[in-house]
Amino acid sequence: MDHFEFFRRISDNPRGYAVDWKQKSGAKVVGHFCSYTPQELLVAAGALPYRILGSGADIVHADGYLQSYCCSLVRGGLEDALAGRLAFLEGAVFPHTCDSIQRLSDIWRMNAGFDFHADIIMPVKLDTASAAEYMTAVLARFKADVEKGLGVTISDTMLHEAIHICNRVRHSLEQLYALRRQNPQAICGSDLHAVFKAALVMDRRELADALEALVTVLKTVPANEKPVGKRLVLSGGLCSMPDIYQVVEASGGHVVWDDFCTGARYFEGMVDTSGDPLQALAQRYLQRVVCPAKHAGIYARGQYLLDKVKESHADGVIFLYLKFCDPHGFDYPYMKAMLDDCAIPSLMFEVEDQLSAEGQLRTRCEAFLEML
Amino acid sequence: MASVEKIVDPDKARRKIKADRRMREIMANYYMEAKTPKAQRGKKIAWITSGGPVEPLHAMDVIPIYPENYGAMIGASKMGVPLCEKSEEMGYARDLCSYARADIACATVAGGPIGGLPEPDMLVCCNNICGTVLKWYEVQARYYNVPLFILDTPITHTTFNDDMRRYVTRQSEEYIAFLEMACGRRFDYDRMKTVGDLSIRGQQLWQEILDTTMHKPAPMTCFDAFFHLAMIVTLRGTQTAVDYYEMLLAEMKERVAQGIGMLPVEKYRLVWDNLPIWYRLRWLSEKFMERSACLVADTYTSGWTSWMPYVDQTDFLGFMGESYARIFLNSGTDLMAENIVRMVKKYDAHGVVFHSNRSCKPYSFGQYDIQRIVQKKLGIPTLMIEADMVDERSFSESQVETRIDAFIEMLG
Ligand code: SF4
Ligand code: SF4
Repeated sequence: MDHFEFFRRISDNPRGYAVDWKQKSGAKVVGHFCSYTPQELLVAAGALPYRILGSGADIVHADGYLQSYCCSLVRGGLEDALAGRLAFLEGAVFPHTCDSIQRLSDIWRMNAGFDFHADIIMPVKLDTASAAEYMTAVLARFKADVEKGLGVTISDTMLHEAIHICNRVRHSLEQLYALRRQNPQAICGSDLHAVFKAALVMDRRELADALEALVTVLKTVPANEKPVGKRLVLSGGLCSMPDIYQVVEASGGHVVWDDFCTGARYFEGMVDTSGDPLQALAQRYLQRVVCPAKHAGIYARGQYLLDKVKESHADGVIFLYLKFCDPHGFDYPYMKAMLDDCAIPSLMFEVEDQLSAEGQLRTRCEAFLEML
Repeated sequence: MASVEKIVDPDKARRKIKADRRMREIMANYYMEAKTPKAQRGKKIAWITSGGPVEPLHAMDVIPIYPENYGAMIGASKMGVPLCEKSEEMGYARDLCSYARADIACATVAGGPIGGLPEPDMLVCCNNICGTVLKWYEVQARYYNVPLFILDTPITHTTFNDDMRRYVTRQSEEYIAFLEMACGRRFDYDRMKTVGDLSIRGQQLWQEILDTTMHKPAPMTCFDAFFHLAMIVTLRGTQTAVDYYEMLLAEMKERVAQGIGMLPVEKYRLVWDNLPIWYRLRWLSEKFMERSACLVADTYTSGWTSWMPYVDQTDFLGFMGESYARIFLNSGTDLMAENIVRMVKKYDAHGVVFHSNRSCKPYSFGQYDIQRIVQKKLGIPTLMIEADMVDERSFSESQVETRIDAFIEMLG
């Protein structure tokens, strides 16, 4: 029996899922690009937070709006919007992160023709008192934008409930990570990828239930052999989410952790359920490991990576770099140097779009694993 | 193909801007002081981003050094390619900002123009121009192991709100506290007042200088502005800058009075968008000059006065955060388009030249929309040049020249 069939169907066709959901529920779907989108507020508003990943279709329209030196996530997302492939969305949310997303927000607002558009102009530094205060104010403003834009009122009770649901999701995803580490027999990287990709677009209530059921089942899968293969941590930017796990595993690697916003950063850090909900949401962002477009000290991400490699007894690290991505491009050399200092081998792989990756990655990955 | 005749210019000597020499002297002195060994110099050095609030540094007698100005020097002296390549060897992707790449590489080799920049005692990074500077300054904070202050200035996509205002105001106070810590003494508020006044005065003068090109023929072009800009960037807030700009303004007024234009023949008037292409300044300026096209204004050099509407003369420090947050590059694409439309009207221009600059994503993404807005609102031709400000590998001479020719033909 394949426990992943359900998630795989959704991850293969996220749009189809969202369109169905919308039809059945009669509620609204709101797109976003980034893990800094407080999904709890959208869930509380009764909407479906839908992470836009780009369908990978040929660029036909976006060329008239964005130069060629723009990452494939931004170009691909815009292409889908302009081609009408995202017509089921009410609109989209743009947390301020990198320069490319900043301008995408403008271009989208001016050309994509959606009713709803929200910028979350959050602080870039997440380690000062004034930034914490500002972050809370930004969330309050976003809440007001959502209420106005979607025509709802979000009560504290609704928000608490949404936080609870999203925490359940996080908890299950974390358990899946632990399982994969201990028992790849139960869940391999490629399965996990399907689950994550589905998790980025699914109705969070349905998702919380499905994940809990999945974890329960997987826990019963006997580990009939010790995990084999070299233990790897993946790092870098994979906003567009091609299934590189499959490639890594086919070449004999065993992925034990990552620092992707579409991976560990998605579930790390629970939202505190005791105090003021907006403040609690802000706190999570301030405490969670930062994305490279944000600042929390000059060694934060490198230290995090090192800790994770050690904690998970990894043999090496593979950096994935999406071409034209500034924030990741600036972080790679120092993170690699920190690994070098601890004699942890690493490999850097540049991904241009989904298609170019596989063949080359496989060859390089095999060579890297042999060397380990 | 537009035919280009060689224009013989008997007045070439007269057209030369006399103040240029003084400018070179001042800049040489500025770098000489900064490069004096620490023990003799006495003053501390802060590296600061081009859009960062420099005034509090002057108030504390700290010498501000601008890696971006240095990046421009690297570009202009055509030293960009080897330095960019060096940074690539260090692991930095080729698609990152070439100012940042060149500076990061330069720090490790003690090469480049003037033999490299003096080492910083502190770093001040204001992200009102881009997210790149944050990452770049993180790199340098690790390399030099010195304190880093970040002035975080939320972008005005559509509106600047009270939460932002409060956030940037609080940070101005944090900035002062940072300087007191880094310098080991109390902040000098009296001195700050004087510096604030000088800064505003300098900006007003700079804008007046830029405005002299409203006259026909224009007494200078944006290529001259690119050169004289160094002062408002590096010495904003000093008497030196005010004195110099008074002198330059007087010269420009004199030229206007005498009808001396920068071009022998000024047939077309154009506006330039984005950073200069430093390693091709002379080449570009000649190409346009040969075609009697005068670049009368640009969005880049006027960027240093775009916060003027938000400055409060009586309370510089109180409004510093807001004024720095609201520069035009830190605003939505449509607001940037309005700025260009305004400039075209103000300077009575016939077309706009866009530099699509691989290095600078926040400045370049959105240009296609701005181009459409300009065409729609003003019905004038526009030109898009693909290049990079420092990395010559992204420049194709023949392609650019062909495009310029086609564009000039459209101007009629
Ligand atoms: S891949 Fe990089 S450049 Fe592209 S949206 Fe993500 S952070 Fe920005
Ligand atoms: S050129 Fe652009 S990306 Fe580079 S530092 Fe300047 S504003 Fe930032």
